Amino acid sequence: MDEVLIRSLAPSVIAVLVRRGADFAAAEDAVQDALVEALRTWAGPSPCPRLRPDDAGPPPDPRLRPPGEGPVRDPKGWLITVAWRKFLDAARADAARRRREDRFEDEPAPGPVPAVDDTLQLYFLCAHPSLTPASAVALTLRAVGGLTTRQIAEAYLVPEATMAQRISRAKRTVASPARTEPGTRGIFGRPGDVATVLRVLYLVFNEGYSGDIDLAAEAIRLTRRLAAGIDHPEVAGLLALMLLHHARRASRTAPDGSLVPLADQDRGRWDTGLITEGVGILQAALARDRLGEFQAQAAIAALHADAPTAEETDWVQIVEWYDELTRLTDSPVVRLNRAVAVGEAEGPHAGLAALAALDTSSPDSRPRSGEAHPVPRHTAVAAYLHERAGDLTTAARLYAEAAHKAPNLAERDHLTRQAARLNTRRPH
Amino acid sequence: MAKYLLLKHYRGAPAPANDVPMERWSPEEISAHMQYMNDFAARLEKTGEFVDGQALAPEGAWVRYDGEGRPPVTDGPFAETKDLIAGWMIIDVDSYERAVELAGELSAAPGAGGRPIHEWLEVRPFLTAPPTITE
Repeated sequence: MDEVLIRSLAPSVIAVLVRRGADFAAAEDAVQDALVEALRTWAGPSPCPRLRPDDAGPPPDPRLRPPGEGPVRDPKGWLITVAWRKFLDAARADAARRRREDRFEDEPAPGPVPAVDDTLQLYFLCAHPSLTPASAVALTLRAVGGLTTRQIAEAYLVPEATMAQRISRAKRTVASPARTEPGTRGIFGRPGDVATVLRVLYLVFNEGYSGDIDLAAEAIRLTRRLAAGIDHPEVAGLLALMLLHHARRASRTAPDGSLVPLADQDRGRWDTGLITEGVGILQAALARDRLGEFQAQAAIAALHADAPTAEETDWVQIVEWYDELTRLTDSPVVRLNRAVAVGEAEGPHAGLAALAALDTSSPDSRPRSGEAHPVPRHTAVAAYLHERAGDLTTAARLYAEAAHKAPNLAERDHLTRQAARLNTRRPH
Repeated sequence: MAKYLLLKHYRGAPAPANDVPMERWSPEEISAHMQYMNDFAARLEKTGEFVDGQALAPEGAWVRYDGEGRPPVTDGPFAETKDLIAGWMIIDVDSYERAVELAGELSAAPGAGGRPIHEWLEVRPFLTAPPTITE
């Protein structure tokens, strides 16, 4: 049984339980238990021991067990049955506990019959504006993505117990009555907006990958499903952006794990299928003339993807897109990237001038004396532009300084190599 | 089994024999160094002795409580801290001798000129939970 298929069923099974009267938090827990059981029993003796939970628990009801080694005929039905039973078990245990505590509460009333796709509502609930980004990401990956707590914990390099707590706190936050306004539509209560959902999916895509789950691929899967259900140019823009970046992934790191900059990448290894799909989605979105941040970023990625060689990159158009991005979100990071593009389009001196203009554009993006530059990668960009302008001594010094401030090992390693390359060059 | 922390210092350790800052190495020498470190960790994973390894950014600050209802006091980042940790590896090994042996191997990572750095690493035993049987 395909693990991705099992996971993709999670949100609709949660919705079924909620419609039958379970509250979201309990339904989500029950479905998580059912998923863990599905991964264990359907996969048989798994070649990947991570899929097996430690708490094996009692063997499942033989009636529910899939016949022999063959595939389950109705995986969704199986999950609903098992999850509902898990929910009832938990509810009974909970009710017994409440009786012991001499308390009584009404059973929750069944929710209204939904008019819209429940799965989409779950995206909005999990991107609830009251949640921190880390909590929204974790909840989305579990409730919408169908990942197990252990897989999410491994992906973000935290202990499983920590991730479990993060998720249950997140569920308490979204389920808090104070946060649910009367009259809100849908079975999952008050949701966040599209922009919040897109930010969460962007974070999942961008926050690296480790463990046995590919978070980038997971983010694409979730964004694809969102795009299929919501007609919104920025959803399409984000999907296009992800596909265009994912297409370059194989060429982005050398066999020894070091970073390969865009200009040095082997373009023959770019995934043309993903590029074609991303460009098509982007063009359809742009045609609707409701430009947004993700469409503009995807347009820049598409222009890079379109260049057969680094030298043939249409930097003039890329600068124009950065101007659009600056108009949409005037962030120092965008201005920094724009300075790089200006350096390519008009020469390194123009790039350095754009970089100098960045420092005067706002007080927040200006370095205080003796402190690191507040805009990440500013020093690395300055090093690159100085190298292109022929000032190799300054470039080497700035590369070393940038390496010192690098936010991750791959970048530090890359910048150290750049400094080393200039410091150990043979004199002409 | 006992756990040991192998600490690598930016500053504060005695000077290594092959003391050239990395940005003065050739790119190939950097690659060889990285390869050595990766191979070392991979080998310890295979032998079941690797627990964790992390690197730290060089800049940090001192922070302390400043009384009820007040924000914490921060001081730094300091350019001149005497001791500055660069990163660590945690190993779980049978004996102190094995921990020392492994730290010695890690310290032999190649540096400038492809020669071992002879970097000083700090080896610190973990305090463990009390044993069940004490008498």
